Amino acid sequence: MSTLTTVDDATAPQTRVDGSFGGKSSGRAFKDQLARVVMWTAFFVALIPLVWILAATFVKGGRMLLDIDWWTVSQSGITARREGGGAVHAIQGTLIQAGVTALISVPIGVLTAVYLVEYGRGRLAKAVSFMVDILTGIPSIVAGLFIYALWVTTFNFQRVGFAVCLALTMLMIPTVVRSTEEMLKLVPNELREASYALGVPKWKTIMKVVVPTAFSGIVTGILLGLARVMGETAPLIILGPYTPVIATNLFDGLMPTLPTMIYQNYPESLQPSVDRTWGAALTLILIIFILNLLGRFIGRFSKVRS
Amino acid sequence: MSSITGHSVTDELPHDDGRPPLDADKAGTGRLGDRIFGGLATGSGIFVIALVTLVGVFLIAQAVPSLLNNNANFLTSREWVPSGTDPRFGIVDLLWATVVTSIIAMLIAVPLGVSVALFITQYAPSWLSRPAAALVDLLAAVPSIVYGFWGLKVAGDYFQPVAKFTDTVLGWLPFFEWGGRPSAKSTLAFAGIILAIMILPIVTAISREVFSQVPTAHKEGALALGATKWEMIRTAVLPFGKPGVISAAMLGLGRALGETLAVTLLLSALNPSAPFSFSIFGGGETFASRIANDAGEFDSPQKTGAYIAAGLVLFILTFIVNAAARVVIERRKAFTE
Amino acid sequence: MAKRIDVKDLDIYYGDFKAVEGVSLTVEPRSVTAFIGPSGCGKSTVLRTLNRMHEVIPGGRVDGTISLDDQDLYASSMDPVAVRRTVGMVFQRPNPFPTMSIRDNVAAGLKLNGVKNKKQLDEVVEKSLKGANLWNEVKDRLDKPGAGLSGGQQQRLCIARAIAVDPQVLLMDEPCSALDPISTLAIEDLINELKSKYTVVIVTHNMQQAARVSDQTAFFNLKATGQPGRLVEVDDTQKIFSNPTEQATEDYISGRFG
Repeated sequence: MSTLTTVDDATAPQTRVDGSFGGKSSGRAFKDQLARVVMWTAFFVALIPLVWILAATFVKGGRMLLDIDWWTVSQSGITARREGGGAVHAIQGTLIQAGVTALISVPIGVLTAVYLVEYGRGRLAKAVSFMVDILTGIPSIVAGLFIYALWVTTFNFQRVGFAVCLALTMLMIPTVVRSTEEMLKLVPNELREASYALGVPKWKTIMKVVVPTAFSGIVTGILLGLARVMGETAPLIILGPYTPVIATNLFDGLMPTLPTMIYQNYPESLQPSVDRTWGAALTLILIIFILNLLGRFIGRFSKVRS
Repeated sequence: MSSITGHSVTDELPHDDGRPPLDADKAGTGRLGDRIFGGLATGSGIFVIALVTLVGVFLIAQAVPSLLNNNANFLTSREWVPSGTDPRFGIVDLLWATVVTSIIAMLIAVPLGVSVALFITQYAPSWLSRPAAALVDLLAAVPSIVYGFWGLKVAGDYFQPVAKFTDTVLGWLPFFEWGGRPSAKSTLAFAGIILAIMILPIVTAISREVFSQVPTAHKEGALALGATKWEMIRTAVLPFGKPGVISAAMLGLGRALGETLAVTLLLSALNPSAPFSFSIFGGGETFASRIANDAGEFDSPQKTGAYIAAGLVLFILTFIVNAAARVVIERRKAFTE
Repeated sequence: MAKRIDVKDLDIYYGDFKAVEGVSLTVEPRSVTAFIGPSGCGKSTVLRTLNRMHEVIPGGRVDGTISLDDQDLYASSMDPVAVRRTVGMVFQRPNPFPTMSIRDNVAAGLKLNGVKNKKQLDEVVEKSLKGANLWNEVKDRLDKPGAGLSGGQQQRLCIARAIAVDPQVLLMDEPCSALDPISTLAIEDLINELKSKYTVVIVTHNMQQAARVSDQTAFFNLKATGQPGRLVEVDDTQKIFSNPTEQATEDYISGRFG
């Protein structure tokens, strides 16, 4: 890259002074400069919303998070008019649902990726890969509708936390499959062969050699997928309406989450309620960013590189 | 990123000779451990197939009865009265709002995203390109509902003068007409802008990936001919990256079409009796936001079915767009290999 | 413990493609046999059939028989995993497991097959590393990652890993092609020592190496481009390099070809 820049920045103007090489016409040089300015500007324009959102959320919601109550009590008995209360009910709900979602989707997703990379041949593998693509493209609201059609309309169950987890699972499986698949493919075939040549059966080769080699990459993919799923709101408003009290049972009653806490409160114009909404937004962003950073950090220890 | 490139190992292997997978590969033997593990892996794959099939079957099975009861044309009607003795519902308004917001998002996000990707891969000093990429990726980590809330409470107010200015200058065109209602932040135009921010990281990430794969020989070839950097980009980088950029745009579009919460929070629903308007400075509801807005009212199978039918249309739309993106990528692969 | 290998009328396929045709040869116990020949002639493919690694590639199969002291390796009752425990293999590029320490790399074959006794494992690790002439260089850092060693050390680590499972036969697929001359010499010395205990088959591109380390040499060649590879001639190394029977061998040895 540096040689390219040298050619462009240093040599080119000199040839223009010299003149004997013909140089660049002023129109070409102008276009080149203009393009440079446009690209730099585009980058800063792209940063505006990021900085703006983070700044707004911190400024308007930061105060809420400094109160110990925010992390310890729920909104039980607190009206939109009143200050106080916390978000522990919603934080808990978000974490529980994300945890259960991961618990279901990680084994299915990782095993499907193992199938695609280590076992899959022919038509079945093509079909599985195609279906994963479709799952990747399912809008989250449609995933929510599907679970609603299954859980509520067909089985006549109540809307509970677990139904939300099922919808989120549908959204998380494809990300886990794709990221794991990519990591497994980065594991050199030589390692598999070395293991087979030692008389190690295929399943042990996968479990003890291939997966451990790709492990940190797989974990990164899982954490990034989880971070994405945590911010999902659409299935939640169909399947898991908000409630201001602490609820930890996934199979009975509504379970509040940070996204539904925001959704419930966003139309309110009373200041205490608006503050709480910003607080919930900031909390959600922080959790997701932490997961993201953790994922990228773990990815640095990867034994395989693309 | 492989979820984006949709690439799988089966594409690379020589075609099988008709034998079942486990038989063709004797590394896995008849051992119990191998049978169990291989069975679990295959089972997970089959589960994914079953799941997707089930989604399709269920949605269709629930939508069809409602569609049969529908007294209006589902594809051409603007009405939305999904329940009662005379259910009449159609998707024209939803389709319009969905497509308009998504196209606005594309018109902004694709040029911007491509420029940012060019910045990261070609212009940024080496110390900056990785952090710059990470920062743009962070945009994808902000939840949809936070975008909506921010747009509603903060950014939207700054759109008011923009809408006013556009109305003054271009208001004679039906597309840009704005009578001050709904407020500027509740219009299709503003929802499209917020969607643009949300799909920007997708467009950037994929474009970045393909731009960074441009062979150095192509770039140096152009520079050796005396091209300026910009000419090098136009002659070497952009042509090489074109299929990637197209699929990036498609995948961004797929995301924009189904995006729910930001749009739900922003857009103001139309009065059912309001006449149809072409203006992007009008309100409306997308497929996703209509479903989300009415999520609390799915009380009868007839009504639920109507929303599921709308969801199905959305699903088909995104599926077509994603499939198109995949085809473009596959063709590029066939071309480069 | 070393065993005799008998190959009879071996045809090797990848799917419908016949890669190698009509190979018959015998490898005596406690000897070194070198496979030489131009690229793509199928010598590595033949080597991989000797421990059924060929079948790891989808579509890979063979016709004919390969037996180890009269035991048919391709009998339907034979477990390929068991074959690979008996016939060890060292690859072209050193491939230690990146997640494992030096100790765990050597012990991998035993550990992954369920041996847990730590004392036994430690003994095997020491014995194998000594057997691979690596013990003195790594005995103080057994818990460091195997990937941190130099290329030549990594390759000896892979040999230690292969002999740790106590095989009868050791297959080496161009074990020195990724190494510098000094490491190559170390490996060649090691091969000379290994033949007192194991039956060794080595594929090499380097004819001097074949002449230096082997007792018997097999020359493989393609009939023509697109045709399957075949065994041209197998004989004592000395005879092959001084007075080969076939003209093709003579041409190849003297550098007039390939």
